[in-house]
Amino acid sequence: MTSADEIISVKNVFKIFGAQPETAMKMLTAGASKKEVFEKTGQVIGVFDASFAVKRGEIFVIMGLSGSGKSTMVRLFNRLIEPTSGSIYLNGREITGLADKALLDVRRKEMGMVFQSFALMPHMSVLENTAFGLEISGISEKERHSRAREALAQVGLAGQEHSYPHQLSGGMQQRVGLARALANDPTILLMDEAFSALDPLIRSEMQGELIRLQAEQKRTIIFISHDIEEAVRIGHRIAIMEGGQVVQIGTPQELISQPANDYVRTFFKGFDSSRILKAGDVARLDPESVRKLNGQAPQFKAGLPFGYLIDEGGQLLGVVDIDTSGAGGSTHYTQHQQHPVFTDTPLHEVLEIAANLPYPVPVLDRSGALTGTLSKSQLLQTLSRH
Amino acid sequence: MSEFSFLDPFQVVTIPLGDWVESTLNFLVHNFRDVFRAIRWPIDQVLNGVEYTLQSIPPSIGIILSSLLGWQLAGKRMALLCFVTLTLLGLIGVWSESMTTLALVLTSVFFCALLGIPLGILCARSDNLERILRPVLDAMQTLPAFVYLVPVVMLFGIGNVPGILVTIVFALPPLVRLTNLGIRQVPEDKIEAARAFGCTPRQMLTRVQLPLATPTIMAGLNQTLMLSLSMVVIASMISVGGLGQMVLRGIGRLDMGLATVGGTGLVLLAIFLDRLTQAMGARTGADPSLRWYHTGPVGFVLRLFGAKQPVGRSKTA
Repeated sequence: MTSADEIISVKNVFKIFGAQPETAMKMLTAGASKKEVFEKTGQVIGVFDASFAVKRGEIFVIMGLSGSGKSTMVRLFNRLIEPTSGSIYLNGREITGLADKALLDVRRKEMGMVFQSFALMPHMSVLENTAFGLEISGISEKERHSRAREALAQVGLAGQEHSYPHQLSGGMQQRVGLARALANDPTILLMDEAFSALDPLIRSEMQGELIRLQAEQKRTIIFISHDIEEAVRIGHRIAIMEGGQVVQIGTPQELISQPANDYVRTFFKGFDSSRILKAGDVARLDPESVRKLNGQAPQFKAGLPFGYLIDEGGQLLGVVDIDTSGAGGSTHYTQHQQHPVFTDTPLHEVLEIAANLPYPVPVLDRSGALTGTLSKSQLLQTLSRH
Repeated sequence: MSEFSFLDPFQVVTIPLGDWVESTLNFLVHNFRDVFRAIRWPIDQVLNGVEYTLQSIPPSIGIILSSLLGWQLAGKRMALLCFVTLTLLGLIGVWSESMTTLALVLTSVFFCALLGIPLGILCARSDNLERILRPVLDAMQTLPAFVYLVPVVMLFGIGNVPGILVTIVFALPPLVRLTNLGIRQVPEDKIEAARAFGCTPRQMLTRVQLPLATPTIMAGLNQTLMLSLSMVVIASMISVGGLGQMVLRGIGRLDMGLATVGGTGLVLLAIFLDRLTQAMGARTGADPSLRWYHTGPVGFVLRLFGAKQPVGRSKTA
């Protein structure tokens, strides 16, 4: 990854809440633990030595339980909270040292924020609320209203311009909140538990909407959540925070297959891992069971129940039942008739196919070449592990 | 002079507070006469303007205009209330005195708003200022009016202007307190959202804090108005005219009739002003989609001329 791909990079950021952050900072650099610092000075550590980067155009989810510092983290990006030490770069420019005016500019142009509590202004209409950020930036009424209307149309609220927040349902209010953030056309969208206050159906609808908007506009989104289902559904990459520290960063698959510690593991406890694991993550290739069909009868090792035949290009031709046709000498094979399973097919779609097949499911890459097989016992083992 | 005793040290050790105040006052009167003249001037101008206007409107026209204002602000019941209270004021024969009192009250409320709202805003911004100002406000509210009536007379003389000054002293605190409270009570998430979108402190104040604090500030204005009304009676002791003067004269001459008429006039005026300002406060908290020009006589006239109704409206106010 080159630095041009990074839109935000965070380097050794600490945030200490309390009256004497310097004392606490000194203790931390001397190697004291967070607990010691709290007991000796009464200073609470919000973020502890965070270093990571957010890539351009991705949905980056910061996950953690309450008190893990995730909401503090997101407020450090637009400096609603000032970091105690460390630096944050936006597009290579350090935003931690910006003067007031430049900081206002960053907030107005680069970052849009959506809040858990919606935080709409009750005395403004939906249109005025949406145009709020533009109004603050001093954009003329005509232009800001037309841009606000566009943003409202994007979130499916066209026609509601003249309603007031109290007349709308929670889901609609949060759409206004989203439209308000989008109207500025910010480089980065910061979403602080934006959907946590919504009921499950509306929440999943809004998640879908967000995924759609992101796919259309390729905007970088930093999303805070405490809900693993949500994080996995919308996040390209997830950072897990515990007690102010970033414990692990990775794609959902990486986190579920190689959790860094028990904290990460507990997050996925009870999570239906068949929904994020792909067939390719579990499939294994046993070279003994695959033979090329080049005119002569293929030879399989005795004892193997099934063999797979491929052509010169690696394409799967069919399956040989070795037990009935014998270990060698037969060119007779059954064609694999089932709906093909590819490496990126979600595991939960493979379950039914595997159940109906007598032999392990062959897994293909997108060109149709055999990359591995998936037996029922492999599937069961994988699912029981998580 | 008696010997110093530990059991009763205050026979000897005393602070001559009274003497200090007197000499300070004498000093001020002798050296700063021009400053006090200068303070009188703006109050005099505003008061004369308001009183001249109110006195020159004929009673019938005044009643009709107030009723229309009541209708505009809070609907037809309010209009009826305005009509009844003002008509009663005329019927008991105190119209002119009421207008003088109204002018005094409006002038002092005007100056209270001029001083109190900015002061409240500053208080909301600075905890230190609030800490300093709070005992001062307490003193202003609890100090008996008679205590500062005398120095005010020495510095400003007698008449309506010093009357307004003592009224301001008494009526200012609730406005400062409630403006401060209103701004401090603006929900944190709204403030944070405004900051996140790049509000300057000034934009924060005018676009977020003041609009959201308006109902509370209006409640403060209502309190200030009521306190002014009660103070103009006491201020009549330093020769302030109007209804208070009637009450004072009635008491002085043991003329119960005159005192009762003056008192009734004050109560009627109080009901009128209180309901009207409360209605103004309630408006700011009401459905913001309903603009003021959609209701009341203005809305009525606009509808007559075929103006469009706002969408989604269920009933006329």
